[in-house]
Amino acid sequence: MYKIVTKRQLNEAVTLMEVEAPYIAAKARAGQFIIFRIDQYGERIPLTIADRDKEKGTVTIIFQAVGTSTKALAQLNEGDSILDFVGPLGNATEIDGYKNVCVVGGGVGCAIAYPSAKALFNAGAHVDMIAGFRNKDIVILEDEMRAVCHNLYVTTDDGSYGEKGFVTNKLQSLIDAGNKYDLVIAIGPIPMMKFLSEVTRPYGIKTLVSLNPIMIDGTGMCGGCRVTVGGNIRFACVDGPDFDGHEVDFDELMRRNSYYKAQERESASHECRMLAAGEAAREAAAADGASEAKKEEQ
Amino acid sequence: MANLSLTKVPMPEQDPNVRNRNFDEVALGYTEEMAKEEATRCLNCKNRPCVSGCPVNVRIPDFIAQVAAGNFEEAYKIITATNCLPAVCGRVCTQETQCESKCVRGMKGESVGIGRLERFVADYHMAHVNEKLEKVETNGHRVAVIGSGPSGLTCAGDLARLGYQVTIFEAFHKAGGVLVYGIPEFRLPKAIVQKEVDNLEALGVEVRTNFVIGKTLTVDELFAEGYEAIFIGSGAGLPSFMGIEGESLIGVYSANEYLTRVNLMKAYSDKYDTPIRKSHAVAVVGGGNVAMDAARTAKRLGAEKVYIVYRRSEEEMPARAEEVHHAKEEGIEFMCLNNPTRILGSENGEVRAIEVLSMELGEPDASGRRKPVAIPGSEHEIEVDTVVMSIGTSPNPLIRSTTDGLDATSRGCLVTDESMATSRPGVYAGGDAVTGAATVILAMGAGKTAAASIDKYIREKG
Repeated sequence: MYKIVTKRQLNEAVTLMEVEAPYIAAKARAGQFIIFRIDQYGERIPLTIADRDKEKGTVTIIFQAVGTSTKALAQLNEGDSILDFVGPLGNATEIDGYKNVCVVGGGVGCAIAYPSAKALFNAGAHVDMIAGFRNKDIVILEDEMRAVCHNLYVTTDDGSYGEKGFVTNKLQSLIDAGNKYDLVIAIGPIPMMKFLSEVTRPYGIKTLVSLNPIMIDGTGMCGGCRVTVGGNIRFACVDGPDFDGHEVDFDELMRRNSYYKAQERESASHECRMLAAGEAAREAAAADGASEAKKEEQ
Repeated sequence: MANLSLTKVPMPEQDPNVRNRNFDEVALGYTEEMAKEEATRCLNCKNRPCVSGCPVNVRIPDFIAQVAAGNFEEAYKIITATNCLPAVCGRVCTQETQCESKCVRGMKGESVGIGRLERFVADYHMAHVNEKLEKVETNGHRVAVIGSGPSGLTCAGDLARLGYQVTIFEAFHKAGGVLVYGIPEFRLPKAIVQKEVDNLEALGVEVRTNFVIGKTLTVDELFAEGYEAIFIGSGAGLPSFMGIEGESLIGVYSANEYLTRVNLMKAYSDKYDTPIRKSHAVAVVGGGNVAMDAARTAKRLGAEKVYIVYRRSEEEMPARAEEVHHAKEEGIEFMCLNNPTRILGSENGEVRAIEVLSMELGEPDASGRRKPVAIPGSEHEIEVDTVVMSIGTSPNPLIRSTTDGLDATSRGCLVTDESMATSRPGVYAGGDAVTGAATVILAMGAGKTAAASIDKYIREKG
């Protein structure tokens, strides 16, 4: 059992938890993930590690309550325990050698973008961060992000906070303004990562995206997390979760992540937080809402 | 006077048309009378050919003699002297190619039902004897076992009995490895595996689940934590795909994923949150035991049509004859000599059919089996909404890639000598991590050999 030592609501749907997991805390690096199982009937759900505290032996996860397991997890409180919690899985984000980086987060994807920005910032890179949200009410981690980058640009779709517009527009304007990035990291809803990769493609800027496909074991056994990258089958759990955004077949990933949506006993957590995350993917979010609503009806 | 019946006492089984709707065990096991009767078919040969066919050298004629005499508990003691998982082996061992293939009775008629008798003895013990296993006095030496599948459980059990303090590290949330995620409930009830794990814990073995060696800790860090030797039994790993068009469509699974969802994650039970596709027609690609498990599982989940699509003929199929027989009884359709060329999708990206090319058998290939040769222009579609790829696995890279000095073959299998020692002093390995996908009993044999080698290594190290 893994004890929840801190719980904080970041916005209505997004929760931060610090969980006691000393072995994982000792090892975790930016970009890696854990798999949790809420109880003996639960699914195994991957979540990216948002932070860790070696001394306290805790791992921070930030998640949006979108499916059966994440909703149940959000109901737990400080002092409660999670049945299973395993990691750190996947490869750490490659941060060596980059000098001028733009880290882009969409919605709850900012929780995953944050540790990468922090790692790069601490390694001495110049880090710009763009954090996009649907509106002011769902802005999360603003102070935390500001502390690990040189410039933080917050955008909202409706202009209720920060700059009005999408993260893609902001990145384009930063590039237009003469910023010479040698790496862009994009983490958020699949459409956001797809379109952001299109922004950087003409400039040949290396673009890493963090993928979170459907997964069971997280150690390379099930093959459920396979994604097509550069025309080849890759397993996100052992080959990723970071991949070259210019090579990823995002449309296929989006289809595969909607695998169980139509099912009555669908576990919406499979959609992963990215699908339901920021509003750069307004359509995707709308579609999710519809499927959730349908599920409730049933 | 030996029982001269040419056939084994039949195994009671669930009716095929009942069992293909449930996940309960197919074979129901012998009664005491059946077991005694079958036991009298053993001729108690002096040269014991059956024992030489057993990877863990169970004293087969001795235990069978005790069954014939009704001393079932004595029989159990004889079996467990060399085999710590008899209830598992009695069910999933490939006896027909091992002990039973050497049985003299098999020259004319059927061999003695050694596997069935082993299962009977193990089940009898579980049902009638409630022994309290006691911790063996510890010798103070610590050994780490990576993976809780058949090789790891065997290695841990043998070492614990010798007094070692053994810790098993398991990546999943439940111990048992392929015995719990791969082999279906209807062939190997999970309660039996759990009982074996419980027994190990009673002996003093510590089982740490949710622990991925290569990630949570590395092999080197295990040494640093004070383990004096390490056994790697991490299993087969990455599922293979054919590399044909359409393998990422919705409705295509690897057999590993399909079986894990159902066996470990219990997708067949409404109590569990695990989703699985509600299929009407399923093509399982492959001809091994795993393919049979996947096909029979698909049937039980409610698919009306389930096909085995295999590129060679039934004669070349690597699956056990018994599994093929059971699958056919349950209504699985065998489409042999068909090789998939692509998987076709609907507009929304879901599987709608699999296209296959008809094959014919040519000359024998490197494996000694007649090579399937494509018949040009014979492509045709089989309408299915689900495809399960069951064409093997390649070894998992997590340990190999995080451990310096651990030699592997070009395919990624760990290299060991006869004692199961790897290229790293103090590190031993066995099971599918070494052999590639193989059988439960071979893995157990390797675990057993490794345990003896580890004991010798630590004693000589002083």
